[in-house]
Amino acid sequence: MSRITSYFKSLLLIEMFQGMGLTLRYMFKPKYTMRFPMEHIPKSNRFRGLHALRRYANGEERCIACKLCEAVCPALAITIDSAPRESDGQRRTTRYDIDLFKCIYCGFCEESCPVDSIVETSVHEYHFEQRGENVVTKQQLLAIGDRYEQEIAADRAQDAAYR
Amino acid sequence: MADLLFHEVLVPVLLIFAIMLPVVLTVAMFVYWERKVIGWMHVRMGPNKIGPLGLFQAFADVVKLLIKEVLVPTNANKFLFFLAPLLALIPALAAWAVVPFDQGMVLANVNAGVLYLLAMSSVGVYGIILAGWASNSRYALLGAMRSAAQVISYELAMGMALVCVLVLAGSLNLTAIVDAQAGPKGIFDWFWLPLLPVFVIYWISGVAETNRAPFDVAEGESEIVAGFHVEYSGSAFAIFFLAEYANMILISFLAAVLFMGGWLSPFPVSWGWIGHGSILWLFAKAFIFSFFFLWFRATFPRYRYDQIMRLGWKVFIPITIVWVLVAGCMKYFGWVTIGG
Amino acid sequence: MSAQLLQLICFYAFGAVAVASALMVITLRNSVHAVLSLVLTFFSVASIWLLAQAEFLAIALIVVYVGAVMVLFLFVVMMLDINLERMREGFIKYLPVGIIVAAVMLVEMLALIGVRAMHVMTMGPDPAAAAGMSNTAWLGQALYTRFLLPFEIAALILTVGLIAAVVLTLRHKPLTRRQNPGDQVRVSNRDRVRVVKMDAERPQESES
Repeated sequence: MSRITSYFKSLLLIEMFQGMGLTLRYMFKPKYTMRFPMEHIPKSNRFRGLHALRRYANGEERCIACKLCEAVCPALAITIDSAPRESDGQRRTTRYDIDLFKCIYCGFCEESCPVDSIVETSVHEYHFEQRGENVVTKQQLLAIGDRYEQEIAADRAQDAAYR
Repeated sequence: MADLLFHEVLVPVLLIFAIMLPVVLTVAMFVYWERKVIGWMHVRMGPNKIGPLGLFQAFADVVKLLIKEVLVPTNANKFLFFLAPLLALIPALAAWAVVPFDQGMVLANVNAGVLYLLAMSSVGVYGIILAGWASNSRYALLGAMRSAAQVISYELAMGMALVCVLVLAGSLNLTAIVDAQAGPKGIFDWFWLPLLPVFVIYWISGVAETNRAPFDVAEGESEIVAGFHVEYSGSAFAIFFLAEYANMILISFLAAVLFMGGWLSPFPVSWGWIGHGSILWLFAKAFIFSFFFLWFRATFPRYRYDQIMRLGWKVFIPITIVWVLVAGCMKYFGWVTIGG
Repeated sequence: MSAQLLQLICFYAFGAVAVASALMVITLRNSVHAVLSLVLTFFSVASIWLLAQAEFLAIALIVVYVGAVMVLFLFVVMMLDINLERMREGFIKYLPVGIIVAAVMLVEMLALIGVRAMHVMTMGPDPAAAAGMSNTAWLGQALYTRFLLPFEIAALILTVGLIAAVVLTLRHKPLTRRQNPGDQVRVSNRDRVRVVKMDAERPQESES
């Protein structure tokens, strides 16, 4: 019996028409496409994008060269050298490089930082044009931090209750 | 002599251009329409950047293909490698010679029109086979093999389906076939009704003949990269593309002419211009059929190769042979009225 | 007059192509090229038949020979990996035999034509045109009335050949695994997966 019904089913192409009905219904549904450069998907304030080094309000850099981020980084993307600062002898980094090709954007550096210096901003649209540009230096990271300080601070403030 | 030259050479050449240019333009727009429709069915938007609504996408693609380099693989047979796309394109365009667009609006009103179409569609497979062989590539050869076996198998089913139409119409001439479908009952006088199973088989075989999804094992991106045209680039690839889409549109027109009353109107004559047959009706029908090609592609997964063969040989051919007998009975006992 | 001239020119052009490509079939070293030359020969001959108003025959030649038989030929030839060096050796070796066969065939054909020429046979008017039908319709009428028996017998012989070919090649080897798409299509999820209902289990407390 099932053999006969299945013969009729396949001869009458019932399942084919069901499938075609499905695709036809979807044809008239609203589309999910984001027109990317013009439209953006809403992003969480916890989004982990491009890195930045922050400063205090008085312009002093936060980083104290504790190297916790370097130690915790699972991809070994961070390289830090430190020395006493010439002017006042404070412990500061002389080199703070992040290799963005190695970085896996896990956010451990941000979590390990005792002074909220290294952060991951919500910037994710960036690119490199030359070999070597993937390693961002301390100056670049500080510049990124200066540029996006308001957004970074806003994101952190929103999340403060859960930290 | 000048008179002869005018009537025998110049006028046909102009007519050929009058058919070919719209066909090529339609192919360009059809590619755009295909990407749009498949996009919509995937709940995407399809191309929408180049020109208003992305309308110029196809032309951008053409320009891109034409300025790309045509690469010839190592140890490829150069002559056959470049001959193959032409062999695929020429039959695809030549077949349009016998397609009637309206009463008397046909380039060559030959008596054996249907046979000519069969001949052209069977010659087209040479382009694919030679492309596969001349490319000196395993994937291309595999694609060519699959395509050859598939086209030959489905040609039989398609031929038998056409025999049913011929039996009812009593003619091989395409204009006469359309005339045989005219009648007072409008849409119910067309051949799709008495020949419904054969109509479906013709249509599926047509999809298989043009190597379109779900029968596109000759290309089979996921198995053999791109099949027979894997080594082609630039304008040579564009010609294959053109041939494939010209064939699709041709099959759509033929389905309209053979089974759906060609240029005849589905409405009674008393409805004014909408009830009279015109070329617009043929275009509308062909458009719907060509939409089915895209619809299939967006809906069905690719067939397994042995199932394609099974479907062709063990399902379609027996059904069509039986229906040839049924059509013969219809004609002999007068179960259907032929002609108005 | 000039239309006839055009036809004559076409006839000789097609004829020349047919003869040239037929020669290429037997002289070309590359077997795929040879097969393609044969296709060209068929095509030219079909064109000549079209000129002679034998449209059905011409298109049947293209559909059957060009469209199907030669495709299968090409199919086989493409798969072959022929050693060209060995083919060259064979050419010289078999040349005398080939010449003898060709000469015998030529003499036979000449004799046949000679004998036929003794009966003066003038071609009658085109029977299709005389009956007021198209070539195809007339041919069909003739095949299914006057020549029905030979036609059916020919069909029967072809069918027997077909079945014989299938029987000769279709062997069920005992060890091969075969799949039946029909059965595969009919399979439902109940045949493949057994869904077992059971209560949720807790690990033993003592282990921790």
